[in-house]
Amino acid sequence: MDVEILSRIQFAFTISFHYIYPPLSIGLGLCMVAMEGLFLRTGNKMYEDMTRFFTKIFALIFGLGVATGIVMEFEFGTNWATYSKYVGDVFGSALAAEGIFAFALEAGFLGVLVFGWDRVKPATHFFATIMVFLGSMFSAIWIVVANSWQQTPRGYRVVGDGLEARAEITDFWAMVFNPSSIERVSHVWVGSFLAGSFLVLSISAYYIRKNKHLQFSTAAFRIALVIATVSALSQLFIGHKSAEVVAEHQPAKLAAFEGHFDSLAVADMYLVGWIDKKEEKTIGLSIPKGLTFLTHQDFTTPIKGLKGFPVADRPGALNIVFQSYHIMITIGMVLIGLTLYACFLWYKGLLFQKKWLMTVFQFSVLLPQLANQAGWFAAETGRQPWVVYGLLRTSNALSKSVTANQVLFSLILFTLVYLLLFILFIYLLNKKILHGPYKADVVHRPQQESMADQF
Amino acid sequence: MDTFLGIDYATWWYLVIGAVFTGYAILDGFDLGAGSLHLFFKKEESRRIALNAIGPVWDGNEVWLVIGGGTLFSGFPKVYASIFSAFYIPFMLFLTMLIFRAISIEFRSKEPMKWWRKTWDISYCVSSTLLGFSLGIILGNVLLGIPIDAQGNFTGSTLYFLNPYAIMVGITTVALFMMHGAIFLVMKTENRLYAKLTILVKHSTIFFVISILLLSFYTLLYVPHLSERIRHNSWMFIIPIMMVLSVANITRLIAKRKYLVAFMCSSLTVALLLIIVAIELYPNLVISTLDPAYTLTVQNASSSAKSLEIQLMFVAVGVPLAAAYTGFMFWTFRGKVKLDEMSY
Ligand code: HDD
Ligand code: HEM
Ligand code: HEM
Repeated sequence: MDVEILSRIQFAFTISFHYIYPPLSIGLGLCMVAMEGLFLRTGNKMYEDMTRFFTKIFALIFGLGVATGIVMEFEFGTNWATYSKYVGDVFGSALAAEGIFAFALEAGFLGVLVFGWDRVKPATHFFATIMVFLGSMFSAIWIVVANSWQQTPRGYRVVGDGLEARAEITDFWAMVFNPSSIERVSHVWVGSFLAGSFLVLSISAYYIRKNKHLQFSTAAFRIALVIATVSALSQLFIGHKSAEVVAEHQPAKLAAFEGHFDSLAVADMYLVGWIDKKEEKTIGLSIPKGLTFLTHQDFTTPIKGLKGFPVADRPGALNIVFQSYHIMITIGMVLIGLTLYACFLWYKGLLFQKKWLMTVFQFSVLLPQLANQAGWFAAETGRQPWVVYGLLRTSNALSKSVTANQVLFSLILFTLVYLLLFILFIYLLNKKILHGPYKADVVHRPQQESMADQF
Repeated sequence: MDTFLGIDYATWWYLVIGAVFTGYAILDGFDLGAGSLHLFFKKEESRRIALNAIGPVWDGNEVWLVIGGGTLFSGFPKVYASIFSAFYIPFMLFLTMLIFRAISIEFRSKEPMKWWRKTWDISYCVSSTLLGFSLGIILGNVLLGIPIDAQGNFTGSTLYFLNPYAIMVGITTVALFMMHGAIFLVMKTENRLYAKLTILVKHSTIFFVISILLLSFYTLLYVPHLSERIRHNSWMFIIPIMMVLSVANITRLIAKRKYLVAFMCSSLTVALLLIIVAIELYPNLVISTLDPAYTLTVQNASSSAKSLEIQLMFVAVGVPLAAAYTGFMFWTFRGKVKLDEMSY
């Protein structure tokens, strides 16, 4: 395998692994703000225990997010040197802003959030919780703005040519508010709220099923259900907006999303399907003229299909684009159905009666995670073969001095390390959940402590 | 190029990056140093106290590395691209060490088993030490210069970075951080651990003094371009002299139990060392050993004036804020470490 494909695999692998954690931190952060807010308003100690419990889980997730994020920060330089030179002038500032404004805020208050319970006043602690949450929201803004600039570049001019070519900034706000930024930042935020709230739902559903900590877990479940329902519904609208932006600015990507080949024709919308790349057609179950209707609100306007683009300008991995896009949408619909049904039962007063529903919620934590990953896969593989859409090709963006063997080495290294990290993460998360929210559950604590003291 | 107060934007940005990395070395320096000393503490309780001394702050300290990476990327994209792709393998190992360090701190306290804690203790100590060492290695190579061509692409071999000079800078960095970390821990501890640490401060200071002396001789004899500017501007000798004084002061202040001032002295030592580096390097950023014409300098590698102007504004607003959070954090956790339910 050559440097290009290895570097792409490595980037996809490391960022996907990083992206397990930030959405959980952002969404869990929101839930914790809600819980601690309730504590301050009602003075009910249960909400404090709840916040404390989820803070411990948050700390674990956050730690992994930080450990894997630092890799990303430097990977642009190590593997994508030509790309870094090309984009540095334009969105390097967004990355620097992320560090200065977002990570500093998060990390600055994280210590108070986790270790400061007995050191600061409750109101100050609440303030710290909000600041950590805001910090994580800001980091999503800046990094997604940078990525959106790659999708729909604005506010730049290209100077130099050949190997020396690079983009220079001409209008900062045009760069920040490029055509896809707002939709994509909101979509990523709401996707994160879903990830976090479903984690709370899952843990609470588990306790409810086991008849443990009932008062605690039913309260947590309700808080998270409100957040999840609102998020699931808004995600449909924001996602639709995003699709309109793609239709306007990245037509080849839209065609790949729906497996639409005819160079200019009315386009269907697939529910499930498979792209036959050789025959250049898509087979599956579709809503006739659906895509045309959703983008143009009529049944007649034709849409440019993949055949309308030179082969060199089409995304390569068509089925990955198509399938991941459809996985995301399907999950989006499932989440809407699931949350609305739960709200309906809540209204009827039957929410916690149905054991099977709690089982479904216990495992549902995987769905938003999968949708988040699938969404990024669709957006990023659909952008190919461009690294900066229409300007710089991925194959020209590499580091000239790095060899395939070096990348292979680092890829194997990261695979092993991340495998270990993931196993430990799941093990410790599971342990924290089994342990439960209350100190009283630790009967063995003093004994264990003294055992450990002996070396 | 546009200027502000008579200094051009690119040079301002050089100063900003210098300040950020100096801040990083001072802040993360002490917790990396504390990590290097970790295995000297034998009792479980001592190790927990040492970990919790840095517990609330180490992540915030590391953010300065992230900011440093970001500012380098945005201000001097060519340098960012050139250095990180040149040292591909060492950098990947560096990143792995950062991961191991972060998770060692996080995971250690989660299980009571002896083997579990011991494993993470070792991983924490080794990764902290190797991180300090590799920061030094990178600095050493930047000081010497590396073979880059006209496009800024590295042309040397994979093991190029392991040259004797860089190794010496690496060892000196570890020693410096150990001294710095020991003083920090002295401020944070009581009783027996504290008594042990006062001895460690002495030993690590001696270790640092020996290695910095060797490094200075080596530099003066074999790497003359690194002392040119100071030799030609004799008033600048005040900087190395101040450094010697502040190191000498540390042991004295420790004996007088003025730990906070001692900590400031060791922070000053870190800062002065990096100021010397910045003075000697300027205006070069990555010296090409192939042809001086390929050298990346503050002027030929910087982003456009427009981009730098925006970023300088960010820094003017953001860095004081970031410093304020950092200050708030240190203030909240001032005083000796007390273990409680949330501790590691
Ligand atoms: C600011 C930049 C940026 C941001 C925020 C992201 N990416 Fe990205 N991504 C890139 C910048 C980038 C890139 C450096 O431009 C890559 C490397 C190779 C390429 O073609 O684009 C890339 C490639 C890339 C690929 C491989 C595509 C291919 O080679 O076919 C995947 C699967 C992802 N990314 C996934 C993600 C995920 C899950 C993200 C969310 C966390 C994400 N990206 C955020
Ligand atoms: C290639 C792109 C990315 C880079 C370079 C990157 C970089 C980083 C770095 C360096 C850290 C550690 C910061 C610290 O030391 O505290 C981090 C953590 C974090 N990142 Fe990323 N990141 C990327 C993608 C994303 C995306 C897409 C999001 C948001 C949706 C995100 C959100 C976060 C958050 C919230 C944290 C804090 C840790 C956590 O909450 O788990 N990052 N990232
Ligand atoms: C319900 C209907 C949904 C629609 C119509 C939709 C639409 C879209 C579209 C068109 C994109 C590509 C944007 C681009 O390439 O610029 C996208 C990306 C993405 N989607 Fe969705 N989405 C939906 C649901 C979800 C859900 C439920 C989640 C997560 C829980 C999610 C997470 C993502 C993510 C993380 C991305 C990548 C970031 C981005 O490009 O914005 N989506 N979505």
